[in-house]
Amino acid sequence: MAIIIDENTNVIVQGMTGNQGAFHTRRMLAYGTRIVGGVSPGKGGQSLDGVPVYDTVFAAVEADRVDASVLFIPAPLAKDAAFEAIDAGVKTVVIVTEHIPVHDAMEIVALARRRGATIIGPNTFGIVSSGKCKIGIPPNQFFVPGPVGVVARSGTLTYEIVGNLTANGFGQSTVVGLGGDRVNGLTFVDVLKMFEQDPETRAVILVGEIGGNAEEEAAVFIKTMTKPVIAYIAGKSAPPGKRMGHAGAIIERGKGTFDGKVKVLQEAGAAVATLPFDVPGILKEML
Amino acid sequence: MKLFEYMGKEIFAGYGIKTPRGRMVQTPDEAAAAAAEIGGTVVVKSQVLSGKRGKAGGIKFADNPDQAKQAASEILAMTVQGLKVDCLLVEEKIKIDREFYLAITIDGAAKCPVLIASARGGMDIEEVPEEFIVKQHIDICLEVQPYLAREVSRRLGLSGALAKEMARLLPTLYKIFREKDAELVEINPLVISGEGFIAADAKVIVDEDALYRQKDIPYVEDRTAIEKQAHDLGLAFVELDGNIAVMANGAGMSMGTLDTLQHYGGKPANFLDAGGGTGMEGTARALELLLATKPKVIIINIFGGITRCDDVANAFVQVKKARGIPVPVVIRLVGTNEKEGVQILQENGIEAYRIMHEAAAKAVELAQE
Repeated sequence: MAIIIDENTNVIVQGMTGNQGAFHTRRMLAYGTRIVGGVSPGKGGQSLDGVPVYDTVFAAVEADRVDASVLFIPAPLAKDAAFEAIDAGVKTVVIVTEHIPVHDAMEIVALARRRGATIIGPNTFGIVSSGKCKIGIPPNQFFVPGPVGVVARSGTLTYEIVGNLTANGFGQSTVVGLGGDRVNGLTFVDVLKMFEQDPETRAVILVGEIGGNAEEEAAVFIKTMTKPVIAYIAGKSAPPGKRMGHAGAIIERGKGTFDGKVKVLQEAGAAVATLPFDVPGILKEML
Repeated sequence: MKLFEYMGKEIFAGYGIKTPRGRMVQTPDEAAAAAAEIGGTVVVKSQVLSGKRGKAGGIKFADNPDQAKQAASEILAMTVQGLKVDCLLVEEKIKIDREFYLAITIDGAAKCPVLIASARGGMDIEEVPEEFIVKQHIDICLEVQPYLAREVSRRLGLSGALAKEMARLLPTLYKIFREKDAELVEINPLVISGEGFIAADAKVIVDEDALYRQKDIPYVEDRTAIEKQAHDLGLAFVELDGNIAVMANGAGMSMGTLDTLQHYGGKPANFLDAGGGTGMEGTARALELLLATKPKVIIINIFGGITRCDDVANAFVQVKKARGIPVPVVIRLVGTNEKEGVQILQENGIEAYRIMHEAAAKAVELAQE
């Protein structure tokens, strides 16, 4: 088991023939992801490392079962591409692209809700069910199978934490990147619920950051969880009113502070790591 | 991107929302001329990207053009909330019967727009007790239909002519919110003056990621000089007040690096996310920028996913050879092409760290020497 994706997930890559698309398609194939097609308008009939390219998502869906799509599409065109995937019936859409207008993100998420599709991102590294399927851009070598579920808002920080876990002998069930934007398809709570149900996951790491109230909402659910949760929150030293790279990482009107998040998470029973490298030590005591 | 009040009001007026008669001016003489044209008592308002202007003395009343000129020269000479005043809005003083609050913004948790209204306008909405605030989520597929305006009016206690006005105003405000790619459209106060509503203030924040399709909205600069320089280079940069310059890849990683430095007693000079896929050129530009801030120490913290460690190492060596690096640099390299990167640095006499907190501790130690 794992959550959202596993070894049977058939994936297509929208924008596969572009630079990023081609590079990451090869990396995903190397990880073992079942990529059944790519979509690049006007390039239908070509192939990349044996993977067929289609003109539209509908054509890809006609040719094979498609469970998930990943978008390597420039921001101005991402809404159209995401709509296409959802309209063609794809149930999991991973949007790696950053700088998508937030109004487009709201429209994508609203359509996905109506069609029962799951959106991961935008502005995400993607999702990895370790040893089974990787959809997105993380470095392959750090993701090995095991009992720890990871859900995060940021990419490289997650690699840091997953790298530390792997170095200490803790593999991962699934690692999910929610995305760094203000409006994302999934919340911490959505993913925590899935980890709570997943038999393979025995503990969960939540990698949060300042800004918004996603961690505060997560805390409410963590109270009800049977599995241990360890949180790390980035941005302790961030000044208020400044956007720390991510659109969502900003303390506005005194809300979304580090202290506030740590307090509610601790009250909910989560362990909070002071630094990223503290996570494996805490985990050892819990498992 | 925050817009000045006068820009927000121009947008409102363009959509038929009533605003006080007024004009943006930049000199005391222009203020006097605007006051003469408007007639009667006018308000002279500083145009800065901050709230609480009134309390800071940035809003003055004037009964005639001479007074308006005087008020303008006073306000132009002052700073409001630490911000220099470059322009003013001179507008008619309106009769205020009641003040409401009305805004549409984005609820990130609910992933949709949210309408916020209150019959207690005129003050910071954060200071209004929860029970006096009306919040209504908006389904982006349904938009704002007449029924939603009726419901908001009901909860605000509006009836008759004002409820009808609200039924016109709400869909218009929502239209602005959508068509201008706004993160926030706020009218505070929304004034009841006689029979109708007047937007006595306007706060509009436009999504920076959508500026490419908002060609008629002028760019409003809200960054320090060096933050602007970084932005032009495609780097996310925030100036801080410490002495350890920081470069990392990824927003979360950059924040994590600052936190780790602070944990060991260090003071970061900046936040710099060089991006997930920083190549050689990007790394070199980021380094140049950090050197320009004259730090005591530089720390580079890279966990290579898309970013290649050898690119970072090569860029570092290139900058070092080209211009010299006069301050100690601590480099941590892990991930894609790590071995190659570490070797390149070694050949140039630099030892790279593998462990993030060890590198951070070393940088703090060097900064304290």
